[in-house]
Amino acid sequence: MGMLEGKNILVTGVLTEGSLAFGVARLCQQEGATVVLTGMGRTLEVTESIGRRLPIEAAVLELDVTNPEQLASLAERVKEHVPTIHGVVHSIGFAPQSVMGGNFLAGEWPDVAVAIHTSAYSLKALTVALLPLMNEGGSVVGLTFDARFAWPVYDWMGVAKAAFEATSRYLARDLGPKKIRCNLIAAGPIKTTAAKHIPGFEEMEGKWDERAPLGWDSDDPEPTARAVTALLSDWFPATTGEVIHVDGGVHAMGQ
Amino acid sequence: MALSEKEVLAGLAEIVAEETGLDAAEVTGPKSFTDDLDIDSLSMMTIVTLAEEKFSVRIPDEDVKNLVTVADAVAYMTKAQS
Repeated sequence: MGMLEGKNILVTGVLTEGSLAFGVARLCQQEGATVVLTGMGRTLEVTESIGRRLPIEAAVLELDVTNPEQLASLAERVKEHVPTIHGVVHSIGFAPQSVMGGNFLAGEWPDVAVAIHTSAYSLKALTVALLPLMNEGGSVVGLTFDARFAWPVYDWMGVAKAAFEATSRYLARDLGPKKIRCNLIAAGPIKTTAAKHIPGFEEMEGKWDERAPLGWDSDDPEPTARAVTALLSDWFPATTGEVIHVDGGVHAMGQ
Repeated sequence: MALSEKEVLAGLAEIVAEETGLDAAEVTGPKSFTDDLDIDSLSMMTIVTLAEEKFSVRIPDEDVKNLVTVADAVAYMTKAQS
């Protein structure tokens, strides 16, 4: 029996087969879950096409996490496919190029606000939008890039990730009584579509493989997908507000 | 059954027209996706993904950047089918 047998999981952020979220969605299905995907705007059709490449074709709902109307109708639209939600995967991040790639000091508030709205506040917005379907408790899992540090080129996206991590802790506090856990995976750098749009991503990827005691393959999303799946399962029943590193061990090393 | 270059071009032109709003007749071999058809990276991703599905092929990211003109893409996909 799979780890997620009988669970319904909503997965955001599937854009290509290389997306972390695609790996998560596939693994969730392999572990027995029913998966519903969301996609947005111009790339909705891409998500629909990629959704047909999963082992079991997944329904795709339109969701721009900064659009209040789409958030307000989300639970109703999900209900057309599954009656309840047991797990939510937040794999969404965006910052205008003007506030990344070494532009920290030049970053202007309207662009920074977009980054924080889309990448951090959206965790709260998405979770609250799905609460009506989470009566049986559940697990919310997001993807971060360790925001305790200042990284090369990550700039205001790094600040947004710090806000994201704090948002997760507050959600853990407020949703604990409903038996809903909220945790994040801090993955090492993976060459996804999102990563390719970070100007100077190679600088961040740097010598990760050399610094990681376990080594690190930035082409392999599987370790991250496994960790997300584990957090969605019943095997972390007393863990919430946590950030789990899936980075080959880099976070624990000094120079 | 594998499609001919002409059939792949017709199918690709349909996808490009749908994504960009251009007339399918404008999508001809020598046209550059970026310079002539004004297709940005997100549109290119959409086109590639839909073409992969339509022609049952896989185009790895590292190959996508070599598809400069429509003819490049048609040749690549026609060959990849077989």
